[in-house]
Amino acid sequence: MADEDRKLAIICSKGTLDMAYPGLVLANAGLMMGIEVEMFFTFWGMDIIHKEKQKNLKFVPLGNPSTGMPNILAVLPGMSPMATKMMHKGLEKIDMPPVDEFLEMIHDAGGRIWACRMAMDMMNLSEDDLVDEVDGVVGAMEFLEMAEDAQILFI
Amino acid sequence: MTTLADLKLDADGYLADPNDWSPEVAELFAQELGIELTDRHWQVINYVRQEWEKNGDMPSLRRITKQSGVPTKELYKLFPKGPAGKIAKLSGLGKPKGCI
Repeated sequence: MADEDRKLAIICSKGTLDMAYPGLVLANAGLMMGIEVEMFFTFWGMDIIHKEKQKNLKFVPLGNPSTGMPNILAVLPGMSPMATKMMHKGLEKIDMPPVDEFLEMIHDAGGRIWACRMAMDMMNLSEDDLVDEVDGVVGAMEFLEMAEDAQILFI
Repeated sequence: MTTLADLKLDADGYLADPNDWSPEVAELFAQELGIELTDRHWQVINYVRQEWEKNGDMPSLRRITKQSGVPTKELYKLFPKGPAGKIAKLSGLGKPKGCI
């Protein structure tokens, strides 16, 4: 409750399932304790706020030593869907909401969600491609202006 | 009449023992937080107390919004700027530790 003047700006640049959650969890945690939160989605992070792609974020075990799976196995077809399924189960077990619900929670809690203009242009996306919770499309300079007095996290 | 000074608080200003809680205690904390408790506030507090009695833990905000009948948007209006801590305090529980 001493956090009322704190502000957090989170840049989400990765679109895999395991890299989507840290930003969402921290944004929501900040809001729960009274910190103002701005989220900026760019590059592959756009998948998290993309209406269709957000339903299907993947966890890729290939090249990830933390999974303990040898790369020679991780490269096999079906490994990524299987690992993704396992991660979904794990997330469910600890009561983590799915990505769409998480964005809705953050939005309803007053967190602001911004899409990167450059990434939109590069990927030929329009605002219709993005979930309703997106507050707007902004450029890097606009975002840095919003984040002027914030702590910045790059994920 | 009881005041906050009569209550045993922990280092963070939360009620030290959740068993010392009563609606009167909630009213004292509400004054401290500048919140005027309405039926909707009580709906949340009563739900949290009930869950604590069952599980010995504070339910996550996500669970509160799903089970108490008070949705996220309203929850943040009822307990503005940091609902997790405010709800815990008003419900006589310690500083919340959960991540959602």
